[in-house]
Amino acid sequence: MQDNILAASTTSIAEAVRAERNTLGLELPYAALSMLGAISDDRVFYRVAQNGLTLTGYDDLPIDVSDEAEILFKTEAFRSAVIRSATLTRKISVDGRLNDVTVTVAQTREGLGEISARISLIALLVGLGFFVLAVSLSAFATGRTLRPLDVLANAVSRRGPSDLRPVKAEAPTEIVPLVTALNRFIERLETSLTRSEDFIAEAAHRVRTPLATVRAQAEIALRRVERPENKTALRQMIRAVDESSRSAGQLLDHAMVTFRADHMEFDTVDLSALVADTVERLAPLGDLKDISLRLGTMPSNAMLKCDPILIQNALRNIIDNAIKYSPGDSDIDIALTADDAHYTITVRDEGIGFSDMKTSELARRFSRGPNVGEIVGSGLGLTICKEVAIAHGGTLEMKDNPGRGGCVSLVLPH
Amino acid sequence: MRITGLAALIWCALSLPGWSFEIEEVKRFGMDNADVQLKVLSTADLSVFEPYIIAFQLKNQRIAVDYTVASSTEVMKAIFDEQIQFDLVISSAMDLQTKLANDGFLSDHNSEATRRLPPWARWRDQVIAFTQEPAVIVLSKKAFAGLPIPESRSELIALLREHPERFKGRVGTYDIRTSGLGYLFATQDSRNSESFWPLMEVFGRLDVQLYCCSGAMIDDLISGRLSIAYNVLGSYAERRVAAADNIAIVTPADVTSVMLRTAVIPKNANEPVLAGQFIDFLIDGDLGPETGIGLPRIGISQKTSDAAIRPIRLGPELLVFLDRLRRQNFLANWAGSVEQAIGQ
Ligand SMILES: Nc1ncnc2c1ncn2[C@@H]1O[C@H](COP(=O)(O)OP(=O)(O)OP(=O)(O)O)[C@@H](O)[C@H]1O
Ligand SMILES: [Mg+2]
Repeated sequence: MQDNILAASTTSIAEAVRAERNTLGLELPYAALSMLGAISDDRVFYRVAQNGLTLTGYDDLPIDVSDEAEILFKTEAFRSAVIRSATLTRKISVDGRLNDVTVTVAQTREGLGEISARISLIALLVGLGFFVLAVSLSAFATGRTLRPLDVLANAVSRRGPSDLRPVKAEAPTEIVPLVTALNRFIERLETSLTRSEDFIAEAAHRVRTPLATVRAQAEIALRRVERPENKTALRQMIRAVDESSRSAGQLLDHAMVTFRADHMEFDTVDLSALVADTVERLAPLGDLKDISLRLGTMPSNAMLKCDPILIQNALRNIIDNAIKYSPGDSDIDIALTADDAHYTITVRDEGIGFSDMKTSELARRFSRGPNVGEIVGSGLGLTICKEVAIAHGGTLEMKDNPGRGGCVSLVLPH
Repeated sequence: MRITGLAALIWCALSLPGWSFEIEEVKRFGMDNADVQLKVLSTADLSVFEPYIIAFQLKNQRIAVDYTVASSTEVMKAIFDEQIQFDLVISSAMDLQTKLANDGFLSDHNSEATRRLPPWARWRDQVIAFTQEPAVIVLSKKAFAGLPIPESRSELIALLREHPERFKGRVGTYDIRTSGLGYLFATQDSRNSESFWPLMEVFGRLDVQLYCCSGAMIDDLISGRLSIAYNVLGSYAERRVAAADNIAIVTPADVTSVMLRTAVIPKNANEPVLAGQFIDFLIDGDLGPETGIGLPRIGISQKTSDAAIRPIRLGPELLVFLDRLRRQNFLANWAGSVEQAIGQ
């Protein structure tokens, strides 16, 4: 966790360094430090150096040189504390001369065990979701095929995650609605950042809906533009938006799950009804790939004391995976069984299966299998499922079917 | 441009060996033969803080309090650069207090009272907030006769653009190059409000008057020298509005920053325990019945139904605008906006 955020912070600073007439300029992004403040009350140090000489920040912070585009992590002593640092080196040319710009961001690690306020973590995650969007926008724009999009993407990405002013880039008429949609997204995000403390779930919703609008606008623009390179750029943008929206959504869901798991509130619910209901809701997603979701026989009166929102969330992720990692025109079987001690929800698909992947690894945060190819995802689905299982004293099991396809079970004690 | 308002210096039995930071007021409370003395360095005006000290002394008869007032930049000079010994530092510049904590100048204070504070009201058990005070716009009702009272920055901009002759030379705000609180408010404004830079442009065209502190701005408003004071401490204005019925306080409806006044204990304090007790006392803010108005205390919840109220958060993000380059840029932009009258 700390490394991810140190890396995001370092990257956002490195991206903000610009060549200015005959020197280097930097507008330190607010988010570069606020994201670190969100994970703990630890002290933060940074240093930006140009060819080894401090441009700004803490003079005495040790600098390392990293290979370009690779982030170097280190644990060391600094000012009588232990710090974790991330360093990134970028080459920037000023007046035709290449400069090594080294950005180091460090944080002490006293309070990391207990993240004091979960709440701020959530705000952070929303911010990171946006950061992902910004970074992927700039990544796709580096092709420089479509200049206005390039400008737009730069305008968004330069400023980092929580600088939520509207985008004011010049845009050709085809993409004006896209810019508008993007701005509305930013606006909503800002509101949810200030309010997410009360409504985490609502925040998730607030982020997803406008992102969907951004995507729809990109699709419309795709139909309007003529030149093939513009079409490619927009397609890449749509994919970027898909990934961001998935990441933002999953990050928020994950935050919500962690939050609820900390404050477990149990209800007694009928598990059969819950499973049937979830399957019914996901049926349309299956239909898109001609996949039918088949519900097996279910025990009557399967009452369980649980947090139904969490169970539903886990099951949705399991079925979502089954659909994503299966070929079109196949079947998925969902069953609920009961024994003396447990209820087991099993989802079997006819897809690629887990073959020889280490299934325990897959439930780690952000971990995705080698089998994913072009399929969009954030690597948080199984993490969520596992945390839900643990919160209920249960387990999550992944294996392959005897024939083909994967089989995932959520085992819950009653 | 004009810098106004330096309070009279009240010198007491206090020697100041080799201090090079600038002091505004000093006062000693309590007997010369007191058992212990608490040395407080603070940005809060004596008139505002006196009730707290008196009430604290009522409960702790055997102590003396040396209260020194300085601007937040001078406070930083004293503690950060010169490491002059004080037991307690109270400041409205949350960013500078945060820097002291981040750079390792402070010791912890964790007590029953601080644990009762909501988590956003302290950082690292070192920067401890005990008030929340909004930045407001204060207006002279007389100067606005016949005009609507503006409720947001954009309304204020529109009004100033329409009536330049009426407001020329009669708008005041902090000189953010010298006032730490002014800089904190301005930088937060620039993050939260699209209207901030346009407003500074308009101020510049109207030959804005620059001040060191809220108290001086309010004085000039009451005396009629100013018509508008921007980013004044609401807590100071409230105290004065009762006595002066010719001023109005506007809490901008677009965004209002809320500053948390914080107390910190330097590592080299002689009386850290007593300093901690004083902090606990400030948190509870129990001034007793007859000691006048206190500053607005930290409520249980920072949440508010009003999305326009933006409490400034404690945390390392406050270091961003203290960054050398960022500060240099910000001040250059700001000076470019407000100083356009010069050289015309
Ligand atoms: N039913 C399945 N069949 C084959 N592989 C699967 C299946 N479910 C999960 N996986 C593998 O496990 C990995 C982790 O799944 P997980 O749901 O955590 O992430 P994801 O689907 O990639 O992203 P997202 O968070 O968007 O759901 C996937 O990337 C995939 O490689
Ligand atoms: Mg998944």
